[in-house]
Amino acid sequence: MSDKKMKLKNTFKFDKNEVKKFLVNNMVTILFIIICYLGFKFSGLSFHFYLRDITTRVGRNSFLILALIIPVLAGMGLNFAIVIGAMAGQIALLLVTLFAVDGILGFLLAIVIATPFAILFGYLLGALLNKTKGQEMITSLVLSLFANGVYQFIFLILVGGIIPWPDPSMLLNRGYGIRNTIGLGDGQGVGIKGVLDSIINWSVPDAMIIFTILAFVGVGVYYLIRKSRGITAVETDVIGKKNLILIGMLGFAAIVSAIYTKATGSPVNNVTIPVFTYGVVALLCLFTLFIVKTKLGQDFRAIGNDMHVAQVAGINVEKTRIKAIVLSIVFASWGQIIFLQNLGNLNTYGAHTQVGMFAIAAILIGGASVVKANVGHALLGAVLFHTLFIVSPLAGRNLFGDAQIGEYFRAFVAYGVIALALVMHALRKRLQSQDLIRMREEEELEEATD
Amino acid sequence: MIKSRIQSIGWPRIIIFGFLLTLSITAIGLGIPMDQLLSSTLVRVGMNGILVLAMVPAIVSGIGPNFGLPLGIICGLLGVLVTIDLDMSGYSALFTAMIISIPPAAIIGAGYGWLLNRIKGSEMMIATYIGFSSVALMNIGWILLPFSSPETTWPIGRGLRLTISLEGRIASLLNDFWKIPFGKNQYIPTGMLLFFLLACFLMWLFLRSKAGVNMYTAGVNPKFATSSGINVDRQRLIGTMMSTVLGAIGIVVYSQSYTFLQLYLAPMYMAFPSVAAILIGGASTRKASISHVIIGVFLFQALLVVALPVANEIMQEGNLAEITRIIVSNGIILYALTQARKGD
Repeated sequence: MSDKKMKLKNTFKFDKNEVKKFLVNNMVTILFIIICYLGFKFSGLSFHFYLRDITTRVGRNSFLILALIIPVLAGMGLNFAIVIGAMAGQIALLLVTLFAVDGILGFLLAIVIATPFAILFGYLLGALLNKTKGQEMITSLVLSLFANGVYQFIFLILVGGIIPWPDPSMLLNRGYGIRNTIGLGDGQGVGIKGVLDSIINWSVPDAMIIFTILAFVGVGVYYLIRKSRGITAVETDVIGKKNLILIGMLGFAAIVSAIYTKATGSPVNNVTIPVFTYGVVALLCLFTLFIVKTKLGQDFRAIGNDMHVAQVAGINVEKTRIKAIVLSIVFASWGQIIFLQNLGNLNTYGAHTQVGMFAIAAILIGGASVVKANVGHALLGAVLFHTLFIVSPLAGRNLFGDAQIGEYFRAFVAYGVIALALVMHALRKRLQSQDLIRMREEEELEEATD
Repeated sequence: MIKSRIQSIGWPRIIIFGFLLTLSITAIGLGIPMDQLLSSTLVRVGMNGILVLAMVPAIVSGIGPNFGLPLGIICGLLGVLVTIDLDMSGYSALFTAMIISIPPAAIIGAGYGWLLNRIKGSEMMIATYIGFSSVALMNIGWILLPFSSPETTWPIGRGLRLTISLEGRIASLLNDFWKIPFGKNQYIPTGMLLFFLLACFLMWLFLRSKAGVNMYTAGVNPKFATSSGINVDRQRLIGTMMSTVLGAIGIVVYSQSYTFLQLYLAPMYMAFPSVAAILIGGASTRKASISHVIIGVFLFQALLVVALPVANEIMQEGNLAEITRIIVSNGIILYALTQARKGD
């Protein structure tokens, strides 16, 4: 009897530690969930208004945030230079507007044009980062500022003068330099505004039900294929038992709440989801999940763990690092095109400048760190960061009588969370190296006494 | 022989000097009045000099270029705001602003230095983001701080203005001190240049004192310094504090010459041109001296000053000077980053 009690006590104690560990490890995310909840309450927003805004924002921005994951896996830290990918996307959009290719064709053409630019920029960036190992983040940050200067020089000074530009309506009145704002269409066939978002639109409850069913079917098919091929090894299972239970529970909750929402006829039913955009985001999520299982993905992780060990193991470290950066920059260029087709106009000299900082702040709020990032961090971060964006000006006005304070607060949060993440990473790295030194000293001491 | 000499001067300096020379010759060819260019260059050297000098103690003590300069800049801005609120003007206001900005700058610098001692190896990136977040936090501060002078606050609504005119307060005091007029309405800002050179001289003296040598040793070779009884972390802390204090004094000098106080987002990127200037002068992320400051700030500012009218003659484009500044300053920082590992 006492044995049983002891056992019970032990499991309970173990659980307590687990909970504590979970809370400590996810401190930032939990803090932001609380801040977002309080911000939402004080903003006085209605839920369906919030939902409409957040689905749009998360839909258009997630792709860019996901572009950050691969360099983190490869141990290159947070890629501040996705700004350069965004520039590639904008170059493509300017060309597509010049060629006046409308609709989905224009969108695809933009992707096609952006990709080679992004590959070239990514290659150059990767080569530079190979020369500054250990200082990747500051290098990519300064490079993005430098590239912004070059971008301005080309599009503000050269285009229309030295570089011919046949469409004068896109140029400033003085005859050269691209206008500050370029319209990307009217959303009704001309241009590419909203082409991706408008392909399929479902109401929120419908989308929840359909997506849940699709997810269940997908998981089922995955396990069926594994079974038919006779694969049983747990290590190759990309989903895993824990996530399987999570997916099941979430799916069940989603279906129940969707049916409830439909039954009550609340205004939430009028909010629609740009399904196709979310589908594209889901594809990138799947790609990121699956690449980890490939040879290339394993190389990324090996380099991320220890560059020297990876080198000794026969991995071409520099080449693999360049591949990681090229992938990130290409995804960022596509992400910026998706972002701008939603906005519908291009702020030629401003649209890209904040892209890196916002995406990085978002993924960090979602629970990522300099050395650890996954799809979950990116998506949760997107939701929390944009919630903060929506609610903070309103909450600021209601709390302090000044919306400006809320706006400055969210800017501070973006910068502050990045500073915090960098400090925490550096502290952890230092503790680890101190542990290593102590371990070595102890070993030496033991050898000496032997 | 030529190769080694080139290496000792460094390619970036040669390229920038060559670029400056080409621009200057073009300027003469275009008939742009040289006296005006010279005067503007000297004014801008005096304006930015102390902010560049602030990089010296940081690099010498081993934390590298101080990308967290906005911390000091904010303290300096606060000093000037306090003197306006106290309705002070003239030299007493100028020096009061400097003196009252020193204690907060020293305290914040100490805290910042304490943090930098705990994150060795990642100083540059963290300093950058400490600078950014402090500017973002002070945006809220500029709204909430209890300043009341109608010169500094919005007539309607809350908070401090975006830019505050210093006319009738401390504007151009140092510029006009012993100023030597020449050419057509041009002048040499003697007072401001003397103030900059005095600060440089004091720093030069400090680096030759025992305390300065200790700091230098701690920065160049921390292991050797520790074994010879120097507390490396303490030297780094002192270096960071000095850099932050110089940042505060530097922005007071800058603002009196600019004749406006710029709040909110203005200090965000102010560290970058200062870092770039000292690097152009020949410093690296681990080595810096007074000569690097003086050469660097002159080359960098002369380049910007000459580029503008030349560009205006060739094409009516006001943004070109700003674009040149972005490309040159970030380009030189990138170059220094690629060279940093070779120095290790």
